[in-house]
Amino acid sequence: MQPEGHDIELSVNGVQYRRAVEARMLLSDFLRHELMLAGTHVGCEQGVCGACTILLDGAPVRSCLMFAVQAGGHDLFTVEGLIGASGELNPLQQAMHEHHGLQCGYCTPGILMTMTAFLKQNPDPSELELREALSGNLCRCTGYQNIVDAMLKAAEMMRAAAP
Amino acid sequence: MTTRFFGAPVKRNEDRKLLTGQALFIDDVELPNMLHAAFLRSQVAHARIRRIDVSAALKRPGVVAVYTADDLGAYWQAGPLLVPPPPIPGIIFHLRTQVPLARDKIRYAGEPLAVIVAESRYIAEDALDDIVVDLETLPAVVDLEAAMAAGAAVVHDDLGSNVASHVRQAKGDYRRAAANADLVLKRRFRYEHGISSPIETRGIVAQWNARGQQMTIWDTTQAPVFVRNGLAAILGVSERQVRVIAPFIGGGFGPKIMIFYPEEVTLPWISMRLNRPVKWIEDRLEHFVATTHERGQIHDAEIAIARDGRILGVRDVFLHDNGAYNPYGLTVPINSQCTMLGPYVIPAYDSTFTSVFTTLPIVTPYRGAGRQHGVFVIERLLDLAAHELAIDPVEIRRRNLIPPDAFPFNNEIIYQDFAPLQYDSGNYEPVLDKALAAIGYEKFVHEEQPKLRAEGRCVGIAVACYVEGTGVGPYEGAKVQVQSNGRVSLVTGIGTQGQGHFTSFAQIVADQLGVDVTEVDVVTGDTDQFYWGAGTFASRGAVVAGNAISEASQVVRRKALKLAGEVFECSEDDLVIADGKVSITGIPEKFVSLSELAQRANPMRGAVKPGTEPGLESTQYFGPPSGTTANGVHAMVVEVDPETFELRILKYVVVHDCGTVINPMILAGQIHGGVAQGIGNAFYEKLAFDDQGQLLNASLADYLLPTALEIPRMELGHTATASPLNPLGIKGAGEAGAIPVGALFAQGIENALELARKGIELLEIPLSPSRLYELTRKDGT
Repeated sequence: MQPEGHDIELSVNGVQYRRAVEARMLLSDFLRHELMLAGTHVGCEQGVCGACTILLDGAPVRSCLMFAVQAGGHDLFTVEGLIGASGELNPLQQAMHEHHGLQCGYCTPGILMTMTAFLKQNPDPSELELREALSGNLCRCTGYQNIVDAMLKAAEMMRAAAP
Repeated sequence: MTTRFFGAPVKRNEDRKLLTGQALFIDDVELPNMLHAAFLRSQVAHARIRRIDVSAALKRPGVVAVYTADDLGAYWQAGPLLVPPPPIPGIIFHLRTQVPLARDKIRYAGEPLAVIVAESRYIAEDALDDIVVDLETLPAVVDLEAAMAAGAAVVHDDLGSNVASHVRQAKGDYRRAAANADLVLKRRFRYEHGISSPIETRGIVAQWNARGQQMTIWDTTQAPVFVRNGLAAILGVSERQVRVIAPFIGGGFGPKIMIFYPEEVTLPWISMRLNRPVKWIEDRLEHFVATTHERGQIHDAEIAIARDGRILGVRDVFLHDNGAYNPYGLTVPINSQCTMLGPYVIPAYDSTFTSVFTTLPIVTPYRGAGRQHGVFVIERLLDLAAHELAIDPVEIRRRNLIPPDAFPFNNEIIYQDFAPLQYDSGNYEPVLDKALAAIGYEKFVHEEQPKLRAEGRCVGIAVACYVEGTGVGPYEGAKVQVQSNGRVSLVTGIGTQGQGHFTSFAQIVADQLGVDVTEVDVVTGDTDQFYWGAGTFASRGAVVAGNAISEASQVVRRKALKLAGEVFECSEDDLVIADGKVSITGIPEKFVSLSELAQRANPMRGAVKPGTEPGLESTQYFGPPSGTTANGVHAMVVEVDPETFELRILKYVVVHDCGTVINPMILAGQIHGGVAQGIGNAFYEKLAFDDQGQLLNASLADYLLPTALEIPRMELGHTATASPLNPLGIKGAGEAGAIPVGALFAQGIENALELARKGIELLEIPLSPSRLYELTRKDGT
């Protein structure tokens, strides 16, 4: 059986995609199972846990709370887009590695995306500001301390590298 | 041998995949022609099933099949008993295990009644609404005491009561201890533990290959070997025809070791029947009711104590909620019973528990696995006794610590691993002293607290101790193999859920074989790669698998040296193994690489000596005689807002002794995460059931996992008393962070609000702002 499709065109990590999707398909399912960009994880499908966070035109959004059709015409950015051209980790990823900011790694893509947007908006956050920004992403493994340390370090590195 | 890696904070091998979105988690498994399953779950807790009509669902376009219990035929059978009861005399144990799909009777809200298989999950879920269920609702069994009362509804009709088990363990003569005591103090304690709620829920993908007669199952399990064996048996195929792969798993914490979940047995059967791959991924709402919980116990406990604070005896009678079925045997309540003894000399102990069937989801171990409950009771009893006897709460603990020369210390009761509860080693007082120094106990109590109180601030301090039985048997194994390209492969049977095994295990191998830690490729949780094993539970991975890995690495090292000795026609004693090669001592240019040795060990032509085994490889197993006991102390300074009861943790200290440490960075992460879950348990998380057995807060918006704002920075300290029970001297660490936090919160909040002075005692967990409001207003102030 063929559900009614809506043609959408969108960009993910700079690549243009054109697909026909059912109106009710969640953006998270579309990214994961249609575009096979499975790095975006799904934890609750209720917009609470933050695991599915991606950037939509630069702003962090829960991809489980959007339909794929709503993303038509927009620029999306997911965890797969973070890595450098020659395969190097970006400063956030590198800092997470250095500071043991991940254990099972399931919440990690969402955290990286939330923090990518946050550190752009606030390049020199206090620890409390950073914890507030991080509080929309649940992690059950780490107790957050190493994530906080990693992100403060990443902010510092990016400030130092900025012209 | 140089130890470049063992004991060092080596960065993790697995991080890159996880940080770039390339790790394979269960829902990332995509197979051609794959179907999707959705389960119809009971909306009531207790009912008889009159009729289930699936005819409308079958007519929905895109639906391929719908099955109920009747369709499963002979395949429908109750699940296995995972852990048989330990050999305790006089024990009563009634085994009633979960079934694939409910037939005749429903025993908890969330129990699956039917499964729909469709071309997409969207369609499968649509069709759930098409199924018509006719039920005769029965009274729910929720409250433990009501469940035991005469005339209560019975969860398993044939038993005639809701008693699942009854166990008494005792040592010494409590009655005499109480008669000789200066103080006997008795209280009722309630301790509830919640759900583990990993950020990844459960899932399973089953793929039957009819041509090859092979079943491949991807499963979010902590025990892939056990799943393989069990599924082969019920599917009626050989174990070699079933491959279970536990891919990257997004957190486990205990419940992912339960066997078998209904979905876990039905999906392979469906795949075989339809000859198509089938996927089921649990959604978060399902997770709250379909994945196992830990939950509540009610303890009536008393302590007999001398005027100087010495414990003479403890007596405890408690009820344990094991939910609708008890596949995990007695592990949780036995842990509570055993862990209550803590680091203290308790000459007389008399503990009896009754495990109770309720119409609630199944209870199995969740990080701590009943240990929290026991620690809470003994620590609170000591706090109350200290107050009565006007002894400092730290001092009363110190006076009762098991002295270092008393090890091995026999507690004279049986632990969950069937072995006597004997503490293998420990040195408790330095751990306590280190924690007190780190938290600044004396200065806080005598200088800071009075000053802050004078300013009107409610600040308190708390110190809690625990002992944790870890690293239990039976065994694990490992295969170490040098590959032709010089990289080293390590495979083991346990699964991994974020503990850093790809790194800590590689560290053990790397030192023995003189390679870099990044040159060791670790595979866990694939039954075709390693056939044997038990699983990841009870803080045992590093202890049990770690020692097998060490042994296998040493054998391979000897093989490499022997072979190189033949190459150079010299004694093995004249050779060094480092940097991926074996060289002659003092002549580094005379070397042969591990890669070349691996190729020489597998000649393609010619003859070998009789008895020669090919390859630079070894498979070894390790089984400890009994579990090894880790211990620790948590200390906290906490401020409570007396109006809103909001908490601010001003300082949090953990000092811990888990024997020899493989990777202190990973260990710290385990402690941080454990404490965070402990804090959730103590103050934020509560499974709220109504009297109909409905979970009222089955979403992450209502069941409050702590966020980055609730979890404080932690200061960690370590001592290391090597375990004599394994060659590496390791003790487990996975659960330690979570265990004493409830006790710590009750003590700290009481102290901050000076509740003892007001005659108010905190005898329950979880606490919360609203619960504290109720408890502290009881006296009408």
